[in-house]
Amino acid sequence: MSRTASRALLILLVAAATSPVEAAGVREFVSSDWSTQIVRFLTLQDASVRFALIGSVLLGLSCGLLGSFIVVRKMALMGDALSHAVLPGVAIGFLWNMTKDPLAILIGATIAGLLGTFLVSAISRTTRLKEDAALGLVLATFFAIGICLVTMIQRLPTGNKSGLDKFLFGQAAALSAEDITLMALVTTIAVVMVVAFYKELLASSFDPGFSRSIGLPTRWIHHGLMLLLTASVVIALQAVGVVLVSAMLITPASAAYLLTDRLHRLVVMAAAFGVGAGMAGAFLSFVGPSLPTGPLMVIGASALFSAAFLFGPRHGVVARWMLRRRGAARTQRENTLKSMFHVMEATQFRTEGVTLHDLAIRRRETIDDAQRLGRDLVRHGLATLSGDALYFTPPGRKRAGEIVRNHRLWELYLTQSANIAADHVHEDAEKIEHILGESVVRDLERRLGYATFDPHGRAIPSARAIHGGDARREGGNGTGK
Amino acid sequence: MNAMIPAFDAHAVLVAPWTENLSLFGWIAAMGFAVTGACGLVGNYLMLRRMALMGDAVSHSVLPGLVAAFLVTSSRGTLPMFAGALAAGGFTTIAIESIHKLTRVKQDAAIGITFSTLFAIGVVMTSLYAGQVDLDADCVLYGEIAFVPLEPMINLGGLVLGPVPFVRMAAVLLMVGLLIAAFYKELLVSAFDPGLARSLGTNPTLMHYGLMAALSVVVVSAFESVGAILVVAMLILPGATASLLSTRLSRVHLLSLVHAAISSWLGVTLGVWLDCSIAAAMVVAGALLFALIWIVSPNEGLVARWRRRRTPALPSAMSSNSSPVSELK
Repeated sequence: MSRTASRALLILLVAAATSPVEAAGVREFVSSDWSTQIVRFLTLQDASVRFALIGSVLLGLSCGLLGSFIVVRKMALMGDALSHAVLPGVAIGFLWNMTKDPLAILIGATIAGLLGTFLVSAISRTTRLKEDAALGLVLATFFAIGICLVTMIQRLPTGNKSGLDKFLFGQAAALSAEDITLMALVTTIAVVMVVAFYKELLASSFDPGFSRSIGLPTRWIHHGLMLLLTASVVIALQAVGVVLVSAMLITPASAAYLLTDRLHRLVVMAAAFGVGAGMAGAFLSFVGPSLPTGPLMVIGASALFSAAFLFGPRHGVVARWMLRRRGAARTQRENTLKSMFHVMEATQFRTEGVTLHDLAIRRRETIDDAQRLGRDLVRHGLATLSGDALYFTPPGRKRAGEIVRNHRLWELYLTQSANIAADHVHEDAEKIEHILGESVVRDLERRLGYATFDPHGRAIPSARAIHGGDARREGGNGTGK
Repeated sequence: MNAMIPAFDAHAVLVAPWTENLSLFGWIAAMGFAVTGACGLVGNYLMLRRMALMGDAVSHSVLPGLVAAFLVTSSRGTLPMFAGALAAGGFTTIAIESIHKLTRVKQDAAIGITFSTLFAIGVVMTSLYAGQVDLDADCVLYGEIAFVPLEPMINLGGLVLGPVPFVRMAAVLLMVGLLIAAFYKELLVSAFDPGLARSLGTNPTLMHYGLMAALSVVVVSAFESVGAILVVAMLILPGATASLLSTRLSRVHLLSLVHAAISSWLGVTLGVWLDCSIAAAMVVAGALLFALIWIVSPNEGLVARWRRRRTPALPSAMSSNSSPVSELK
C-alpha cells in the first residue's frame, strides 16, 4: 500500500515546493457566481486553490492513516481530547514571536497535546474518576485555557489580525507555502513511520498482551503513536479547525472499519476516504466563499461513513438486514424439510412423497401455507411437486436428515451432558439445529458414543443414512422399536 | 508577551467587581453559578453511568437543533429553543445507540462521529444563514457570559428577579435540584446497580432518556452563555472535584454546588484580571480547584497516595481499581 502512497506523497511534495508562492495567503476572492468559482477551482488557476487542495489531501492522508490506529485501539475519543488540548499550545506558539510561525505553533501544540494525553492517563490512574470523565475534563479545561489565551491575544493591538480565530473552524484557503511544507513533512514522517513499524503497530493494536510477551515496547509504541497523532492534528488545525479535527481522525477510519477486516486495507481505505473528504471540503468551501472548510470536510467524511454504514457489503445495515432475512428464509425452508421428514417417519417411510394435506396437518397450517412452503422448496431445488405431493430431491433429503439428526443429537447432548430434563430441550434444539456444522456434529456423535436414539426414543439418522440417501431403512428401523 | 498579562491591580480585580460594578459582575457570577451548578448536578449522574462524553456529544449536537428551531419559528423564544435542543439531543442519543448496536463501530467512535457531524451541520447552517441567525460561530464555541446583564430585568410584583437568561438558568437549576430530590433513590440505585433498579420496578430505559432530556435542557440553557465546549467542563469538573472528597452521592451533590460557587466567583476575578473570556476563566478556575483537590484530598489526593505508598503496612487499595488509560486496549 504504502509504497504507492509514499510515491504519491513525494510527487505532492515536489508540487508543493515548486508552486508559486507570490500569491500565498490570498483570501480576497473576487466575488463571483458559483459556476465561475467551480471553473476556477477545477483549473487550479489560483495558488490559494492549489494550496488548499494540496493541504486537504495531505491532512486527509495523515489523519486517515493515523486515525485507523486509534479506531482499532478503541481510543477514538483520545483524538477528540488531543485536538482540543492543542489550542493553548497554538496560542503559546503564536506568542513566541507574535506571528503565525508554523514551526513554533507546531512545537507548542505538540507539547500541549502530549501534556493533555499525559494528564488524562495520570488522572484516570491516580483517582477514582473513569477514563471518559478524565478525557472530558482535560479536553474542556485545555480548551478553556486556550480560549482565555486567544481572547487575550485578540485584545492586543497586533493580535486582532492574528488569524488565530481561523484555528477554531479552519480555512483551507488561508494555508501558506510554509504551512504546506510543514504538512508535507509531517505526513511523510507519518507514512514512513507507519510503513516501517507496521508489524509492531498491528501486533500491539490487536493483542497488547502478546506483543508485550514477545518483547515489543508497547508503551513506547503508544507514545510514538500519540506523538505522530498530535503532529498530524496540529497540521490539520489550520484547515479543519480545533473543534472538528477529531472527526477527520475518527470518521474516515470508522467508515473503512465497516468495509474491511484487514488492517492494511483499513489503513489505505481510511487514508483514501480522508483525502476524498478533504478535497470535497476544500472544493465546497471555495465555491461558497463564506463557508468554513472544517465543517464541510467533516460532512463529507460523514457522508462516506453513512454510505458505508448503510451499504457496506458485510457490516452495512442493509447487508446485515438482508443476511438476516436470508437466514430466516433458510430456517423456514429447513423447518419445512423437517416437517416432511416427520410425516414420512410417521408412516415409517413407506410412502415416497408427502401430500400437502399431510404437511399442512403436521405444521398446523392451512393448505395454502403448505403449498407456499412447498413451492419455496421447489424453487431452491430441495423438493419436487407433482400433483399435490412433495418429493425430496437428493439434496433435500440429505438436508432434512441432517436437520433432524442435529435436533435429536442436541437434545440427547443436553439431557446427558448438561442434565437438562428431556421435556426442556426441544426449544433449544429448534434453534441450534440450523447452525450446527459437520465438525461439531462429528464431535457430538463421538461424545455421545454414536447413540442411535434421542431422549424421546426416536431414531437419530446416522451419517450413512443421510449421505447414502437411505433415510428409509435407518429411520424405519428406529421408529419401529 | 508581557503586555498580555495586565498588572495585578488589587482594587480593580478583587474589590471593584463586588462593590461599584456589582450590578454587572454580580449577575455574571450568579449566572456562572446557576450554569455550573445545574450542569454539575446532572454531570454527577453522567459520570456515575460512565457517560461523561455523552455530555460532550449532546452539547455539540444541540447546535443544529437550535438553528433549525430558530429558522422555523424565526424567534429566539425559550420554548422553540428547548424543543429544538430536545429533538437534537434525542436524535444524538438514538443515532449513537444505533451506530454502536447495528455495526461493530465502538461506542466512543460512534459518539465522535455523531456529534462532529451534527456540529458541522450546525456550523454550516449558522454560516449559511448568518444574516438571520443571531449566533456567531465563535460564540457557539465558548459563549459570552458577559452579555447576560444587558438583557432586560424581570420584575415580579416589584421584586427584581434578574436578567432573563439568569432567571431561566436559575429555573433550570431549581428544576434539576427538585427532580433529583424527588427521584433521588431511583437515580441512586439505577446508577450503581441497574439490575437491582429493574427488580425494584424502575424502568432503566426511562431513566436513561430522562437523564438525556435533562442533559439537553441544561446544555441548551447554558449554550448561550458558555458555548458548546466549555459546557463539558461545567458538566464534569464540579462532580469530578467533589468525588475526590466524598463517596456519598448526597455529599457529592452539595460539594459540586460549592465548587460551582467558588469557581464562578474565582472565574470572574480571573477574567477581570486577565481581561479574557469570563466563561473560559470560570472553567480555568474550576480546573485549578480540581488540581488543588487532586493534590491534597485526604483520601484520593496525590500527597495522600504518596504517603500511603511510603507506609507499606497499608496497601493502597486505590491504585488497583482503575485501569491505566494509556494501555492499548
